[in-house]
Amino acid sequence: MESGSFTIESVRSAIAAGETTATAMAELHYGHIEAKDSQINSFLALSRERALSQAEKIDAMAAKGEVLPVLAGVPVGIKDVLTMQGAPATAGSLILKGYRPPYDATTVTKLEAAGAVLLGKLNCDEFAMGSSNENSAYGHVLNPKALDRVPGGSSGGSAAAVAAKFAVATLGTDTGGSIRQPAAFCGVVGVLPTYGRVSRYGLIAFASSLDRVGPFTRNVKDAATVLQVLAGQDHMDATSSDRPVDDYVSALNRPVEGLRIGVPEEYFGEGLDPEIRGAIETVLDGLKAAKCVVKPVSLPHTKYAIPTYYVIATAEASSNLSRFDGVRFGLRDAEAKTLSEMYRRTRDAGFGAEVKRRILLGTYSLSAGYYDAYYKKAQQVRTLLTRDFLAAFNEVDVLVAPVTPTPAFKLGEKTDDPLQMYLEDIYSVAASLAGVCGISVPCGETKGGLPIGVQLIGKHFDEATMLRVAQAVECQQQ
Amino acid sequence: MSEQANVTIGDVRRVAELANLELTPEEEPRMQRDLSAILGHISQLNELDTENIPPMAQVGEILGGIVLENGETLRADVVRPSVDRAAVMASAPESDGRFFFKVPKVIER
Repeated sequence: MESGSFTIESVRSAIAAGETTATAMAELHYGHIEAKDSQINSFLALSRERALSQAEKIDAMAAKGEVLPVLAGVPVGIKDVLTMQGAPATAGSLILKGYRPPYDATTVTKLEAAGAVLLGKLNCDEFAMGSSNENSAYGHVLNPKALDRVPGGSSGGSAAAVAAKFAVATLGTDTGGSIRQPAAFCGVVGVLPTYGRVSRYGLIAFASSLDRVGPFTRNVKDAATVLQVLAGQDHMDATSSDRPVDDYVSALNRPVEGLRIGVPEEYFGEGLDPEIRGAIETVLDGLKAAKCVVKPVSLPHTKYAIPTYYVIATAEASSNLSRFDGVRFGLRDAEAKTLSEMYRRTRDAGFGAEVKRRILLGTYSLSAGYYDAYYKKAQQVRTLLTRDFLAAFNEVDVLVAPVTPTPAFKLGEKTDDPLQMYLEDIYSVAASLAGVCGISVPCGETKGGLPIGVQLIGKHFDEATMLRVAQAVECQQQ
Repeated sequence: MSEQANVTIGDVRRVAELANLELTPEEEPRMQRDLSAILGHISQLNELDTENIPPMAQVGEILGGIVLENGETLRADVVRPSVDRAAVMASAPESDGRFFFKVPKVIER
């Protein structure tokens, strides 16, 4: 069976029926990785022992005829900013070269408890900072759909691994768009859960009020299935919500008739690629045909989302990355004669240019004399941006918007001008700041064969409705 | 296009010192240029009147959800298993093998 046709249910039921084994599944995917990943560079480390030990457990259950858990035998990859005990965790950085965390992230624990086979750690932009996976200290990742182009970032490895069929599902993280954008560029599904829906325990922090963990899959049903496993309160993450978790998979096939779809006018202005615009208009036509009510809405503060994001995210990052100082783990400059020299030289050697830029920007915004003008101001604008969404969601149930202004760009095309790279996030950061949920669903290709994604944005904790519409959009692609 | 903020090399050095980063002489002008451009872009925020708008640090606040008045959503204050000390110390670049991380001298002449 060709690995591209696997879904979560097809893997699990084939194992339950004795048509294959979890071990065979794992070996098939490792074989594929060995054959093709030197080109793509999505995996940084493989966890064969752990994967095969888990596969053995699943196979023993299947042999006894026991009911298999929902992700039984499903090969999954984990972005390298999430901890797997004993496996390397680099966060795409030299400063954590050789580091092996002493504990599992909650999302990792949950996936494994649901039967998933964890294949290894996936490449990403350093400390999740980037929109192209060109900022990794371990080499860039290529887009499997177009090998001269970026897969997007920061979860480039996670998106590419699913697109290239190295895994059936992967975990990524999204702080300003880092799940949704690579999902769009690589032609796969990527989910941004509501802030607080999924635990951040075991996630190497970039911006603590923005970071979210979410799945990449090849279809919406698989995304809903994985999200169901990941969601829920975790007492190891005080920002995780105690809101009850909906049944996402059951919600999928409820008809979308009567749902109100909002089209935010600020997201369809100048700068949006015409082929992307066309593809999204086709999606909207399809939703109208399915008897949704489609109406324009306004998110008036949208243009301030990028500057707001780049103050808040970098300020939080400058604080979070202060722990990388050579003292307790990771890289240490061996030549330094004094402690402060050690801090400076370790960090200078260990961090790449983009990380340094963001740390400096964040430090600047928080420093005495600038705090009110930058950081406090940005927090106030964050309130305005969030209120925009709350007001829109009084009128509509789900928003439909582009994910990115362009399809996947070429390697090296945006690396000279950091501000140009930041502007790639223009349609994703507002939802990040507001804490609402989002998803990128493939909705066609450009004439040149590059994937196009459509973004759905849902109310806080209303992933169920968002996924329902996503399922409808996906069905129309077939 | 967007305005440039007036970031000097002195600003870059001051901020680098605060952030415990040591930039090379080659890195400094590049960083000055980039920070000027980005801060220039960020200055757009001044167009907005935020006179009576509360700053938002956490999404939970605005939803009225996670309000820690009585600590309802915090976990119970009981001792639970934590990370294994030996595993943690094994990650240290230099340690006494038991409890202490070793670092170069703190007091400089």
